[in-house]
Amino acid sequence: MSKTTKYLSLSGLEPLIVTPESNFINVGERTNVTGSRKFLRLIKDENYSEALDVARDQVEGGAQIIDVNMDEGMLDGVYAMTKFLNLIASEPDIAKLPIMIDSSKWEIIEAGLKVVQGKSVVNSISLKEGEETFIKQAKLVKRYGAAVIVMAFDEDGQADTFERRIEICKRSYDILVDTVKFPAQDIIFDPNIFPVATGMDEHRLNALDFFRATKWIREHLPYANVSGGVSNVSFSFRGNNVVREAINSAFLYHAIQHGMNMGIVNPTMLEIYDEIPKDLLEHVEDVLFDRREDATERLLDFAETVKGDKKEDVAKVLEWRNDALQDRITHALVRGIETFIIEDVEEARQQTKRPIEVIEGHLMIGMSVVGDLFGSGKMFLPQVVKSARVMKKAVAYLQPFIEAEKDGKQSFAGRVLMATVKGDVHDIGKNIVSVVLGCNNYEIIDLGVMVPPEKIIETAIRENVDIIGLSGLITPSLDEMVYVSKEMEKRNINIPLIIGGATTSRAHSAVKIAPNYGHTVVHVNDASRAVTVVGNLLQKDNRVYKEQIREEYEKFREQFLKRGKQKNFVTIEEARKRKFKIDWNTAEIVKPNQLGVQIIEDFELKKLEDFIDWSPFFRSWDLHGKYPDILTDEVVGEQATELFADAKALLKKVLDEKLLKAKAIFGLYPANTINDDDIEIYDASGKAQVTFLTLRQQLEKREGLPNFALSDFIAPKDSGKQDYVGCFCVSTGFGTAELAAQFEKDLDDYNSIMIKALADRLAEAFAEYLHKKVRTQHWGYDSDENLSNDDLIKESYKGIRPAPGYPACPDHLEKKTIWKLLQVKENIGVEITDSLAMWPAASVSGYYFGNKEAKYFGLGKITLDQLKDYAKRRGISNEEAEKWLNPNLAD
Amino acid sequence: MSDIKTALQHRILVLDGAMGTMLQRYNFSEEDFRGERFKEYPSSVKGNNDLLSLTQPQAIADVHRKYFEAGADIVETNTFSGTTIAMADYDMEDLVYELNYESAKIAKQVAEEFTKVNPDKPRFVAGSIGPTNKTASLSPDVNKPEFRAITFDELRVAYKQQVEALIDGGVDVLLVETIFDTLNAKAALFAIEEVKEERHIDIPIMVSGTITDASGRTLSGQTVEAFLLSISHIPLLSVGFNCALGADQLQPYLQRLSNETEFYTSAHPNAGLPNAFGEYEQTADQMTVLIEDYLKDGLVNIIGGCCGTTPEHIKKIADTAKNYQPRRIEVII
Repeated sequence: MSKTTKYLSLSGLEPLIVTPESNFINVGERTNVTGSRKFLRLIKDENYSEALDVARDQVEGGAQIIDVNMDEGMLDGVYAMTKFLNLIASEPDIAKLPIMIDSSKWEIIEAGLKVVQGKSVVNSISLKEGEETFIKQAKLVKRYGAAVIVMAFDEDGQADTFERRIEICKRSYDILVDTVKFPAQDIIFDPNIFPVATGMDEHRLNALDFFRATKWIREHLPYANVSGGVSNVSFSFRGNNVVREAINSAFLYHAIQHGMNMGIVNPTMLEIYDEIPKDLLEHVEDVLFDRREDATERLLDFAETVKGDKKEDVAKVLEWRNDALQDRITHALVRGIETFIIEDVEEARQQTKRPIEVIEGHLMIGMSVVGDLFGSGKMFLPQVVKSARVMKKAVAYLQPFIEAEKDGKQSFAGRVLMATVKGDVHDIGKNIVSVVLGCNNYEIIDLGVMVPPEKIIETAIRENVDIIGLSGLITPSLDEMVYVSKEMEKRNINIPLIIGGATTSRAHSAVKIAPNYGHTVVHVNDASRAVTVVGNLLQKDNRVYKEQIREEYEKFREQFLKRGKQKNFVTIEEARKRKFKIDWNTAEIVKPNQLGVQIIEDFELKKLEDFIDWSPFFRSWDLHGKYPDILTDEVVGEQATELFADAKALLKKVLDEKLLKAKAIFGLYPANTINDDDIEIYDASGKAQVTFLTLRQQLEKREGLPNFALSDFIAPKDSGKQDYVGCFCVSTGFGTAELAAQFEKDLDDYNSIMIKALADRLAEAFAEYLHKKVRTQHWGYDSDENLSNDDLIKESYKGIRPAPGYPACPDHLEKKTIWKLLQVKENIGVEITDSLAMWPAASVSGYYFGNKEAKYFGLGKITLDQLKDYAKRRGISNEEAEKWLNPNLAD
Repeated sequence: MSDIKTALQHRILVLDGAMGTMLQRYNFSEEDFRGERFKEYPSSVKGNNDLLSLTQPQAIADVHRKYFEAGADIVETNTFSGTTIAMADYDMEDLVYELNYESAKIAKQVAEEFTKVNPDKPRFVAGSIGPTNKTASLSPDVNKPEFRAITFDELRVAYKQQVEALIDGGVDVLLVETIFDTLNAKAALFAIEEVKEERHIDIPIMVSGTITDASGRTLSGQTVEAFLLSISHIPLLSVGFNCALGADQLQPYLQRLSNETEFYTSAHPNAGLPNAFGEYEQTADQMTVLIEDYLKDGLVNIIGGCCGTTPEHIKKIADTAKNYQPRRIEVII
């Protein structure tokens, strides 16, 4: 079930277990200020970004551990070690490897140990300063959870013979294992690799003694490992890379044979052992094994003949640089590599018309790959954050170009407040969204984590933000967001709210948050969607978008509640008990100025021009956006403008030449509700004419919430109050069919569709116009109303005009009643088909309810008891009733 | 008192379920949280569950009692946020020692009641040591990746105080749990080692990490194996996983952990994944079916529940665990 042997085991974000099969663990050595002048310069210049590239190169070059050394007189070693290791921690492709914390100063080592989460290696400790220090440091290394390299060094100096090496290593081992209880497998000895072929006699055994000591350690000190800095062995051949590489390679080969299982090697300074020319190899091995008296001289002589540098093959690591531009940008974003992003972005900028297109195109394509990988668990959080950083860098580069454009976007596209709600500390997602929004030219006010509602609201007001973003990861944050939304409502805030975070959902936002807040609430599940949502919300005319969102959420909420509550319905009797109650004793009832039927023939269509809601017109052409912003929309603007010009031209023609005829009929009657759900209509003498049948909501609601029926808005007969109701039909469709046919005949489908779309708009405008006339004149209950077209579209007026076939009264059969009452067909010629569609199509019919408490609602599902009751009231069979009401019937 | 190590050799021990979930049922108001003592406290304390050990000790004891009644062998103290770092949210740093000490005493007292009644089933108290609300190896600021909101030393000092108070209060085991960031846990383990050395005592340590999502990694990015290697330098009683995932999502990671460690293993998963409203819906029966797979495969020595689990869950799990042998450990030769 579990492991049965002890191996040196290290970790970064991923494990590294040194087994006999591991062969040799290669430690990357370039992030060492004592060994790399370039790295020293980068650290001195505080150019940590490039310093990280050095580390990344090591990883890509095959290093399995990264050695970091900041021992330089001019450096603050503790600071540099801490900062560099912290930076590595945010680079997952580097941090996946264990770190070797390399210093001769204990305080630098300890600083390193305090910032690495994985199991690292300390390089190094030794008996140099005596046992006490050695034990103290070893204990701490153990407590910090690291392995350790022990130098073959004691109070008397560095071991340079076989005997000294094994003596010191044995002594160190015994202290570590017996006194400190250091795990033996976590001990790595460095028995000192010294240069060979120096010409000095006492160095002749340098390699051989190392090999022998290594073998001895592996045989006599159980579980202990052996490491060493390999390049040192060829030190005396500096400048002759062919020979150096051969020496390094041959030494390494034999050291491994003797048991060295880890080492610091520069892979670019290493020839493949089998590819070392035979003669060279022979000379080298003569030196390593001290096989001949004149081994060194012979090698020196031979070296002269093989001078000459090989081409270094570093290209491999950068192979991706040869890819296509988009691939390079995507690669850089996915891997979080900043090095080339500026040059790539510049290249992209030169290829695009506008710099913003680089963000919206190249960079967003890359970020969506990041999003996909993250979503599928192939990338994890730190990587994504890093990707965002590359993104930010790219955007920062593009910013001046964007600002320099003539139509200059110097100012921010909007100001977004971001906060992780009170009680929650998780902000990575929020930060990603912030960064990505920042990339898209929004100004971000980030309040951080654990932000109390008061602070959110106060800041939002003070900073005049355009959008508030709430984030949270833990589940109680869901409740906190609800609370924040309620507080915002209380304070009359009207700033759109976007909700994000791991446990948030569209369902929660729609069901629990949106109902509390009178303004827009949008759930955003990823950063790239955040950009779209914020963009839509911040358009100049965002009304339609906001309304769409609200509608969508209401629909979603309704669906969700239906699904969630699993058919929790109340009986129709119970629903009637829970009707919407108006206090009829105090309710204001206005008697219409003109009771009875009014007919409008040959209405002057020009009056409707100002009442047209254009946004649905564009939608009908599959152009999505809000009028008038859609005309300047970057994507569809040109097309929308063209379409609009054509529409205006046709409309002018229609109006000037009176190509369409508008007619309307409406009636206002005394009425009372009877038997809860029916509305009885009376003539002037008080005789019942017809009865409107309304349907009542049956979905079980929370305590105190009513189950609506339209009849609730009319005073019941037994209240003793005389109430009133109206109904109407308008049409602007007369002539449409003929015109369309004419266009079709001329092979002008464009205008054929156009005229229908226009007629529809005119009919809606007419209904709006007429409703206004009724409210202010004919009925006159709202005579001092003064609303703009926008307000009309938003239905800000008092009273409602629900239409049969729409959510409040899905019963199309009611049209028959209206037709009967108003004699619609006879009076204005609008007919209803067998399936109860109106003809001409560009017609609207409905009721007028004048009570100021009247509101639009959706009937939702009803159950069989109401259906049967309805059939009886309507005087039709249950089957027929079912046919008409099927969509609203609960399963 | 029987030793927890002895008990572990013979059977699977059952850890309790969620404290928070149970406390939610009380619906404590701001006033309840304050009690008499903190009536005039200047800032809101609602939500500071740890504080309830001082203001509603009876409720805390009752929750422990319910879990013991359900069959738990070990309950966790109500000290998940009992560090100066986490308590800073409520300006209650000064209370840290008392909170931990009292919480430990409450749990210990209830445990002793139960052990007395049934000495064959000794009950234990695990001192809960949470992750705090800051991470030592992740920067909270995207633009300053080298920045850290908390250092190892700050964590070490805070954890040390908590550990001392928990030990003074009488806990049998220390449980370093819900580890998002391994470096935080390493600081806690460092602190525990310091206390052990200074007091010349030994106390068993349980460690429980958190795999945050389908990436199979901790929040700080480590794989199961890397996490295990990073905390195995201290002799542990057990190592395991809790929170974030349900029992089924956790299984593959638990399997990997079980393969790799010579310590006892533990798991206290959530009752499934939360629904859209943050509620946990997995029933005791549903969860136990999943847990039984662990038991069949011999993956665990200690089993319990995290978010959303209740005494009903624990009872069901305990009743099932009885029928299985604990995971076997082969000691390294």
